Amino acid sequence: MKEEIKEKQKEVEMLRILEENARLSDAEIARMMGIKEDEVKAIIAELESKKVIRKYKAVINYEKAGIETVQALIDVKVSPERDTGYDSVAERISRFPEVQSVRLVSGEYDLSVLVSGKTMQEVAYFVAEKIAPLEQVRNTLTHFLLKTYKEHGEIYGEEGQGKRLAVTL
Amino acid sequence: MDMMSDRIADRVKQMKGSGIREFFDIAQRMEDAISLGVGEPDFVTPWRIREACIFSLEKGYTSYTSNWGLLELREALSDTIYKETGVYYDPEGELLITTGVSEAADLALRAMLNPGDEVILHEPSYVSYNPCTVFAGGTTVCVATGVEDEFKVRAEQIEEKITERTKALILSYPNNPTGATLSRKELEEIADVANEHDLLVISDEVYGKLTYEGTHTCFASLNGMKEKTILLNGFSKAYAMTGWRLGYAAGNKEIIEAMMKIHQYVMMCAPITAQMAAIEALRCEDEVERMVSEYNRRRRVMVDGLNSLGLSCFEPKGAFYTFPYIENTGLTSAEFAKRLLFEEKVVVIPGSVFGACGEGFVRCAYAVSQYEIKEALERIERFLTGIK
Repeated sequence: MKEEIKEKQKEVEMLRILEENARLSDAEIARMMGIKEDEVKAIIAELESKKVIRKYKAVINYEKAGIETVQALIDVKVSPERDTGYDSVAERISRFPEVQSVRLVSGEYDLSVLVSGKTMQEVAYFVAEKIAPLEQVRNTLTHFLLKTYKEHGEIYGEEGQGKRLAVTL
Repeated sequence: MDMMSDRIADRVKQMKGSGIREFFDIAQRMEDAISLGVGEPDFVTPWRIREACIFSLEKGYTSYTSNWGLLELREALSDTIYKETGVYYDPEGELLITTGVSEAADLALRAMLNPGDEVILHEPSYVSYNPCTVFAGGTTVCVATGVEDEFKVRAEQIEEKITERTKALILSYPNNPTGATLSRKELEEIADVANEHDLLVISDEVYGKLTYEGTHTCFASLNGMKEKTILLNGFSKAYAMTGWRLGYAAGNKEIIEAMMKIHQYVMMCAPITAQMAAIEALRCEDEVERMVSEYNRRRRVMVDGLNSLGLSCFEPKGAFYTFPYIENTGLTSAEFAKRLLFEEKVVVIPGSVFGACGEGFVRCAYAVSQYEIKEALERIERFLTGIK
């Protein structure tokens, strides 16, 4: 049992490390955790095969990159279906590549869908043509994103930080 | 007119400066230097704490507080200490909020020392205990610790230094600059000596929460030690709040009262903004845990890196310092630090700054980012190849 807890702790620690920086090498992670590189490889392989780790990607500030993208959060009101509830419609919406995320939420609306496109028009048409007409969808409300302040735990603005002294005893 | 220096008090004049002030200035001005010479976290104070402070300013909390510190803070602190150590301190009379742990150490020494009283201090250790002892009229009796004992002070070493003038023992673990910690059993042996010889113990536990192997034992929690211990701690290291200058002392009512007497005349009270922030800090254990795990990762990378460069480094179990052995480079610790700074722009602190027995070692802090640790290790490697 104790071993199991230890293993679990290692997994959690490794996930925290990777979430912060997925580009670290196995050797670097091994040094940080004080374990063998082989063990790092094994744990990561396990996490990947269990699909705990879905994929490795970068958090990109597109505005800074000079790549114009438009994103919108769509509140979608849905009539749930017998047997499958919200799942079948949510999965259906998820399959569009324009859709970045789909979440079931509490409150006035049921699904919160993040859609991205090149222009506002493109996003608006996508919603009007692909989401709104779905049989189970009763209503949609589109919020275009105007500015991102924080994404995936990263604050986008330049956070000023006082400079430490080079030497303090 | 006489020279101004003739008018400066002898005890101040005779106190050696840090000796490497010039080195500090060069390091401070150098561009692109990587500093492993820092004695503070690289994290900014967690936002929750900063935000609580801003809110307190908006609400108009800008006055003096009680000399003891805000009662709300003392109560919260008393609860926290009890939860963490099992020792209960009465928030009214056994706890004093100070302007950093430095002030608390000074108050403790001044409150207890008569001229000629001796204070036993293990070295290498933080640089201010000896001057504070001397300024308070006392004499420091040093116990050298060595790498063969992983820089742990042993009870019998303390016992050997006890004379009829010995008033107190200063304990500072987890230790700056070595990162050494003492186990419960080792502390108990020291407690036995303190009991037998009726010593007061000033236990500076400011790095207590930064313990990576085993758990930190509060000296006051040991049998019979609450009455004999002046527990010093503060918010600087664990909560990344160095610039807020907030610490505290906890102990026997009479000694805390005596410390308060000095404190009320020289400091009046710790700054209220820092005290308001500290109340919030005590609710931020998750943030502390997050920072401690990150220090632990850096510690492993640093120790591993130094050892693989041939700078043998015992495993520090607390604080955020490594203390590698550099004598086999043929350089003194001051030469090593100076040349490393000029040749590769990496700042480390010569071990000799922390006591004569620190010679042959340098202090490298790992309170810097993973990236900086990596870069610093590469530069040190180049430096070592250059002097071979």
